[in-house]
Amino acid sequence: MVNASTASSPQPKLVAREVSVFYGEKQAVFDVDLDIMPREVTAFIGPSGCGKSTLLRCFNRMNDLIENCRITGSMLLDGGDIAGSDVDVVQLRTRIGMVFQKPNPFPKSVYDNVAYGPRLHGVAPTRSELDELVETSLRRAGIWDEVKDRIDQPGTSLSGGQQQRLCIARAIAIRPDVLLMDEPCSALDPIATATIEELIDELKSEYTIIIVTHNMQQAARVSQKTAFLNLGRLIEFDETQKIFTNPSEPSTQDYITGRFG
Amino acid sequence: MSSSVPTTISSQAAANRLLLRRKRAERRFQLYGILAISAAVGFLVVFLASIVSRGYMGFVQTEIRLTVNFEQELVEAGSYRKILRTSLAELFPEAGSSRAERRALAGLVSAGTVFVLRETVEAEPAIAGTVQDVWVLASDPVDQFHKGRIDASLPEEERPISDASLARIAALEQDGRLELRFNRSFFSRGDSRNPEEAGILGAIVGSALALVVTLVVSFPIGVMTAVYLEAFAPRNRITRLIEININNLAAVPSIVFGLLGLAVFLNVFGLPRSAPISGGLVLSLMTLPTIIISSRAAIRAVPPSFAEAAIGLGASRVQAIFHHVLPVAAPGTLTGAIIGMAQALGETAPLLMMGMVAFVVEVPGGFTDPSTVLPAQVYLWADSPERGFAEKTAAAIVVLLGFLLVMNGLAVYLRRKFEKQW
Repeated sequence: MVNASTASSPQPKLVAREVSVFYGEKQAVFDVDLDIMPREVTAFIGPSGCGKSTLLRCFNRMNDLIENCRITGSMLLDGGDIAGSDVDVVQLRTRIGMVFQKPNPFPKSVYDNVAYGPRLHGVAPTRSELDELVETSLRRAGIWDEVKDRIDQPGTSLSGGQQQRLCIARAIAIRPDVLLMDEPCSALDPIATATIEELIDELKSEYTIIIVTHNMQQAARVSQKTAFLNLGRLIEFDETQKIFTNPSEPSTQDYITGRFG
Repeated sequence: MSSSVPTTISSQAAANRLLLRRKRAERRFQLYGILAISAAVGFLVVFLASIVSRGYMGFVQTEIRLTVNFEQELVEAGSYRKILRTSLAELFPEAGSSRAERRALAGLVSAGTVFVLRETVEAEPAIAGTVQDVWVLASDPVDQFHKGRIDASLPEEERPISDASLARIAALEQDGRLELRFNRSFFSRGDSRNPEEAGILGAIVGSALALVVTLVVSFPIGVMTAVYLEAFAPRNRITRLIEININNLAAVPSIVFGLLGLAVFLNVFGLPRSAPISGGLVLSLMTLPTIIISSRAAIRAVPPSFAEAAIGLGASRVQAIFHHVLPVAAPGTLTGAIIGMAQALGETAPLLMMGMVAFVVEVPGGFTDPSTVLPAQVYLWADSPERGFAEKTAAAIVVLLGFLLVMNGLAVYLRRKFEKQW
C-alpha cells in the first residue's frame, strides 16, 4: 500500500489507523490506515459490498445506529479522538456533516429543512441571523436562485437534483469542517449529477470532502485523492491521477479498466 | 423429421385447450368474487333497511295538545295532578268522573305529564293563573296506535287500547290535537321506565366520558410503547416476548378485560362502580393493543432516511423521532387510535362487569357519576317488554351507527389530510 501524504504537506484532517468494522461476527472492514488531507476531495471507490460506505460512516459514527456493529482501531479528527465511547457524537456530527445516497429532505419547507440543524444546536438564535444563515447555506449549495421564491414550499416538491443540493445546504448550515457524501449522485440524472459535481468542486475550498462513488469517471473528475477498497481492505490510496493512469496494484488496474466489479 | 410435425400440431392444440381452460377458470373465479360481494352487500342493505325503517319512528313521537288551565291556587298547592285531570275532563266532558274513567283519560297521556306541567310552570312562573295550550307526550299505547303498530281490527281484549280510547284518539285527531312531532326528549333525557319518555342523552354522555378517559389513557401509553419498541428496544428475547404478548392481547375476549377491571380497578383501587372513569380504564386496556400495533406499523412505514438525516445533523435519537418520525407517522397513529376508539364505543361485555349496563335515569355530569353507554342502552331497551322500546332500540342503534360512521369518516379524513408524499 502506498501512502500519498508527503512530509511537507499540512497536518491531515482525518486519520484512521488499523480501523476494522464488524457486524456481529462478520468483519466488513480490515485494518484500514488512511490520512485525509484538509480541503481536498477524497474518493472511495470499489465494488459493491467492499466496505467503502461502512468506512465512510465510521467518520461521523453513523454506524452507532446499527446494533451489534463494532469498530476497532483509532480515528482522529484534527488529532482528537472520534472513535472512543466517551466522544460526544452530537458535537462530532456538527463538525462532520453527511449527505446521503438518496436525497432525503424532511417533509417540511425548504427553509425549515436548512434551519433544522442551526435550530437544533442554537447556532443562530435570532430570526434575522437564521434567515441569513439559511440564505448563505442555500447560496453556497448553489440552489438559492432556484428556491428563493418558494422557500416556504415543501422541500420534497423540488426535483431530485435540487433536493440533493438542498440536503447539501442543510448539511453545511451547521458549518462543519468535513462533508461525507455517500454516493450523492447515484439517484440523479446526468445533468443534476454534473451540477452536484461542480458544487463539490467549489465546496472543496472550504470543506474537506470524502465521497463514496460507484462511478469511476466521477471519482476521476471530482477527487484529488482516491482510495480503492476491495473485500473490506484498502488496496491502494494515492493521487487520483496516479490511480487512474498508473496504479501500483494489479487489482486496482483490473477494477478501473472494468475487468471486475 | 416427419414425426415431429404431428407432435407440434398436437402440442399446439393442447396449448390452446390449456389456454381456454385457464381463461374459463379466471372468469369462474371472478364470478365467485362478484357473488361473494353481492351477498355481503345484500346482507348489509337488509340490515340497514330494517334498522332504519324501525328506527326512524323512534325519532318522532305522538304528542297531544292540551288546553291547560293553570289555576293560581292549584299551582300554589302543587296539585298538578288535579290540573291535568281537569284539562283532560274538559276535553272529554262525556266521560264520567268515575275512577275507571278518570284512569282511562289519564292513560292517554304519558305518565310523566304531571311533571312536565310542573316544569313548564317552574320555567315560566308567569303562566300561573292563565290558560295555555301545551303539547304533551302521548302514552305508549296511543303513540303505538297512532304509528300504526296496533291493529284496531283485533278484538278489544287482545289489544292494549280500549274502544273508548280509540274513539277519543279519533276525536283528538279531528281537532288537530294529536300529531307526530320530532322527538326532542329522545335527545335531551336519560333513560326512563316509560318508553315515550326514554331518551338517549344519558347514554351518549356516558359513552363520551368513557371514551375521553380511554383516549387520554391509551393514546399516550400506546404511542410511547410503539416508539420504544420500534426505535429503542434492543432486539432480544424479552422484547420478542413482549411483542408476541401485545399481539395476543388484541385477541383476548373482551369480557376478560372486564373481569380484570372488576378485580383491579374496583376492588383494589376502589374506583366508583358504574362510572365512566372505571369503564374508560377497562376500555383503554382493550384499546391499547390496537393503538400499539397500528402505531408501530405507522412508525415502521416512515422511511428511515428522515431519522438518518436528522441524526447526521447532530440530533439525538429522541429528537430525530419526535421531530421527524412521529409527525410523518401521525396519520397512521391517529387512524389506529380512532379505530380503537370506535371499537371501544361499540363494546358492551367488559362494561357489564363494571356495572355500566344499568338503568340510569340521570344524565351523568362527571367522570364519577353513574352512567351507562350507548351499546348497553341498546341492550337494555331491547330487553324491555313495552312495544315502544322496540323502536327506541332501533333508534339507539341508528345513533350508535351514526357515531361509528362519523369516527371512521374522521379517520379517513385525517389520513387524507395529513398524508404527505415523499
